[in-house]
Amino acid sequence: MSMDSPLPQRQPGVLRRAWDSDLAWSFCRSPVAVGASIVAAVMILAAVLAPWVAPHTPFDAATLNLMEGFSPPGEPSPVSGRVFLLGTDGQGRDVLSAILYGARVSLLVGFASVLFSVVLGVSLGLVSGYVGGRTDALIMRIADIQLSLPAILIALLVFGVARGLIQPAYHEEAAIAVLIVAIGLSNWAQYARTVRGSTLVERNKDYVLAARVMGRPVTAIMREHVLPNVVGPVLVIATINLALAIIEEATLSFLGVGVPPTQPSLGTLIRLGQQFLFSGEWWILLFPALALVLLALSINLLGDWLRDALNPRLR
Amino acid sequence: MSAAPLVTVENLGRSFDVSRPWLNRVIEREKRRLLVAAAGVTFTIGRKQTFALVGESGSGKTTVARMMVGLIAPTTGDVVIDGVSMTARGQDAERRRLRRRIHMIFQNPYASLNPRWRARDIVAEPIRAFGLAGSRGDVDTEVSKLLRLVGLDPGDSGKYPHEFSGGQRQRIAIARALASRPDFIVCDEPTSALDVSVQAQTLNLMRDLQDRFGLTYLLISHNLAVVRHMASRVGVMYLGRLVEIADVREIFRAPRHPYTRMLLEAVPDLALSGRPRKPIAGEPPNPIDPPTGCAFHPRCPHATDRCRREAPPLTTLPSVMVACHGVTEGRI
Amino acid sequence: MSVPVLSVLNLRVEFPTRRGSLTAVDGVSFDIMPGEVLGLVGESGAGKSVTGAAVIGLLDPPGRLAGGEVRLAGERIDRLRGEAMRRLRGKHIGMVFQDPMTSLNPLMRIGDQLVETISAHLDMSGDAARERARVLLSEVGIPAPDLRIDDYPHQFSGGMRQRVVLALALAAEPRLIIADEPTTALDVSVQAQIIALLKRLCAQHGVAVLLITHDMGVIAETADRVAVMYAGRIVEIGPLRAVLAQPLHPYTQGLIGAIPTLDSELDRLVQIPGSMPRLTNMPPGCAFHPRCPRVLAPCRTERPPQIDVARSTAACWLYREQAVAP
Repeated sequence: MSMDSPLPQRQPGVLRRAWDSDLAWSFCRSPVAVGASIVAAVMILAAVLAPWVAPHTPFDAATLNLMEGFSPPGEPSPVSGRVFLLGTDGQGRDVLSAILYGARVSLLVGFASVLFSVVLGVSLGLVSGYVGGRTDALIMRIADIQLSLPAILIALLVFGVARGLIQPAYHEEAAIAVLIVAIGLSNWAQYARTVRGSTLVERNKDYVLAARVMGRPVTAIMREHVLPNVVGPVLVIATINLALAIIEEATLSFLGVGVPPTQPSLGTLIRLGQQFLFSGEWWILLFPALALVLLALSINLLGDWLRDALNPRLR
Repeated sequence: MSAAPLVTVENLGRSFDVSRPWLNRVIEREKRRLLVAAAGVTFTIGRKQTFALVGESGSGKTTVARMMVGLIAPTTGDVVIDGVSMTARGQDAERRRLRRRIHMIFQNPYASLNPRWRARDIVAEPIRAFGLAGSRGDVDTEVSKLLRLVGLDPGDSGKYPHEFSGGQRQRIAIARALASRPDFIVCDEPTSALDVSVQAQTLNLMRDLQDRFGLTYLLISHNLAVVRHMASRVGVMYLGRLVEIADVREIFRAPRHPYTRMLLEAVPDLALSGRPRKPIAGEPPNPIDPPTGCAFHPRCPHATDRCRREAPPLTTLPSVMVACHGVTEGRI
Repeated sequence: MSVPVLSVLNLRVEFPTRRGSLTAVDGVSFDIMPGEVLGLVGESGAGKSVTGAAVIGLLDPPGRLAGGEVRLAGERIDRLRGEAMRRLRGKHIGMVFQDPMTSLNPLMRIGDQLVETISAHLDMSGDAARERARVLLSEVGIPAPDLRIDDYPHQFSGGMRQRVVLALALAAEPRLIIADEPTTALDVSVQAQIIALLKRLCAQHGVAVLLITHDMGVIAETADRVAVMYAGRIVEIGPLRAVLAQPLHPYTQGLIGAIPTLDSELDRLVQIPGSMPRLTNMPPGCAFHPRCPRVLAPCRTERPPQIDVARSTAACWLYREQAVAP
C-alpha cells in the first residue's frame, strides 16, 4: 500500500537518463565542450584505427623508398609521383601515417599511465582516509614526496632503476610497460589526496555507521560504500591529467628515454624532426608538434568543461 | 514485567582525550584534558519495551546510543544484550551473532542512506550480510515485503534515495533496520529532521511495528512530547550523567529533578492552556569545562553549597531514581 | 486605522527551469500591523522561506518575483533594485536567520559589527554608537556587556550568538524584523529563552515581526496571528487562539492533530495520508484536495478563494456559503 503513486513506474534506461540529465544539457550548450570533444574524438579514433586508416606504413622498411625522402607536403614526389599529404621525412616515411601511428603510442601510454595512477592513488587515498592514524600519516608523507619532486625526475628515476633491474635483452619489450609505470608513479598523489579528503567526510556519515553496526568488514565498507561516493572528482582530474601524461611521455621520448625507436610516439617524431627545422624541411617537425598540441589541448578543454559542469552539483 | 531485561547497561562511560599535541603540552606546561561524554550510566530495558533517553546537546545521549550498538568502545562499564556482553573478551563469536539482532535508525534521513545505492540494495544489505535468504529471487521477495511493511511501493525499489522525500527515506531506513529480524533497535532522534505530519506517520509506523514484531526500542530524543507518546520508561541525561529515571507517567506527573522540571517547562503550550511557567535560566554547559559538584548547579534555583562541592549519586526512591541532593534531602 | 508595516498582495514567485516555470509562491497576501507578530507556518516545501526572501529582495536567482506587490509602510518596495534596496534592508528591515554565523562575521568583534550597522543607518558615530551597542547587548541579555562587546562570535555559545544577531537586527531601529527559523538550531531550553526575548523586545521597540517557522510550538509562544502555508499558498490566516483552538482548514486541522503534546491522551497521532505535492506536480483546483478527508466536488477543479469565517480567513470550499456575495 503506497503512500504516493499507486502505479509502479518503469525506470527509464541509463542512456535516456544520461541524455535527459543536466550534464548533457550543459554539454550541448557549450561550444567549447562540443568542439573539443569532436576534435579529441576524431583524433583518438584515427589513432586507434591507424593500421586501417593510414595511407602508408611508415615503419615497415620494405615499403620505404629513400628517394621519396624530403618530399614537401601536398606535392608529388619528383621520383615516384606519389603525393604525401603532409610530406615525408629523411627516410621517405609518410609524415601523416607516422603521426597516426605515433598518436596511437602516445595515447596508449597516456591512458594506461593514468589508469595506473588512478588505481594506485584511489586505493591509497581510501585506505589512508578510512583507517587514519599512522597508516594515514605514512601514506601522506610518501605522497608529499611525490608531489615535491618534478614528475619528469621521478619518471627518469624509475626508468633508471628499471634499466638496472631488467636484463638488456628485454629492454625494448619492457620499455612501454616501464614507461607506463614510471609516468604512473609520478602522478598518483593528487588522486590520493582528493580521495582521502572525501573519505574523511564520508566515513562519519550515518550510512557508513549503519554498515558498521551491521558488522560489515572494513574492506567491504570501503569498497562498496565509500568508493562510489568519492570517485566523482577523480574523473575530472584524470581527464586533465591525460593531457599531461601524453605531454610527459612526449617529453621523455624527446629526451630519448621514452619509447623505443621501433615504436615512435609523437615525442619521438618531434625529436627526429627538430634537426630539420631550419634546413628547410619544416613539415617534419611542425605537423607532429601540431598534432600533439591539438590532442593535448582538446582533452584538456574537455576536462575543464567537465570540472565546471560537475561543480555546482558537488555542493 | 518480571522477565529478565533484554538490555542491561552497567556503569557505562566514555571519555575522549582532547589534549593538545604532546609538544604543545610540554612547551606550554598544560595538563591532559579529558572530555567526559558519559559517566556512570546504568539502566535496563525490558523486552518489547521502549526506553527513552532524553537530553540536550552535551548530554551524552548520542554517545551512549553508539556505545550500545558497538560503534564506540566504552572506557568504563559494559552493555549486555540478551546475555552477551559488548565489551568482554573472548565473546567475539556471540557478538557477531548478536549483531544480526540489533540495528540503529539515525536522525538524518539524507545521510543515513548511501546516495549511490538503490533502495532495494539498501534494504537488502542486512539480508545479504547475514545470509538470511538463498537466491537472488528470495532476496527480492523479502525486500518487497519489507517495503510494503513500511508503507512504500515495491515498484519504487529501483530508485535512488534522492528521488524520495525525507519521510520516505526514513521509512527505507526503518525497512533496512527490520531486514535482519532484529530484537533491539536504537532510534537516534528518528523524527527530529522530519516535518510534523511526516513525524506523526513515522511514529505511528514505529509503534505498529513494535506491536507486531515485539521489538525493543531505545529512543533518543530531545522532544518530550514525542517521548511521552512512544516510551514506557524515561531516563533524563545532563552533561553525561543520568539525573532521573522513571516510568513515563511518573515523570510527566511528578518530575523530581530540577532539570527535568525545566525541560517540561520548555515544552510549548499548544493548547494555550495558559499554565504557569517558570522562566528558564542559562544554557547547557561545555562538556570540556564542566561545573564542579553537581553539573546543573549554575542553573538550579535550589542549589546549595553541597551541590557546588559534591556530585549527587543516582539514588533509588519509591518510584523514581534521582541524582539530586535537594530531592534526597527532602528540600524539593 | 493605521497603515500596516508590511503589506503583501498576491505575491507570486517563479523559478524558470528548462522544463517550464515553477511557481513556488502563488498569490500570497497578508498584512502585518505595527508591533504585531505574524507567524508564517508550513512544512518544508510550502514556500514560506521563499516568501520571506521575496519580501526582502533576497531571492536566489533564477527565482524571480513574477507578480503582486510588497509595501513597507505604504510604499512599494518590490520594484527597488541594488543600492536603494540595500539601504532599505539595512535600515527598515532586520533579519534573523537560523544559523547565527550567517549574520555574524567571524573575523570581526561583535561590538564592531554592531557599531558598523548603527553608524551606517542612524546618525551616530564613535562613542555614541558604541554606547548604543552596549545598551543593545544588555537588552538582549548578554551578561557583562562591557567585557563581551569586544569578543568574537566564536567566543559565544549558540544561544548567546543568536541573541547578538537579534541585537544586530534591532540596531538600526527597523520597523520590521523577518525571522526565518530563528530557534530551530538551538537546544530546547535555549529556544524558550530566545522566543520570549524576541517577543518582549519587539513589543518594547514597537517592531513588527514576520516569524517564519515549521514549528507550531514556537508560533504558539510568540505569534499574535498565524498564516498557514501549503504548496505555495496560504490556506488559513487568523488570530492565534482561533487558529489553534478551532482550525478551519482541513490541513491546519491535520497539522495540529499530528503534533504530539504533553496533554493529549491519544494512542495514535492523527496522520494526514500522502505528502505535499512537488512543484512540478501540482494538482488542479485546491492543492490539498488529494489528501483532504473532507474533499468536495469543486475542490478538484476550482481553486478556492480566501473566505472570511468569523475572525479568520480560510481558502476552503467547505465555507462556500460564507463566500457567496450578498
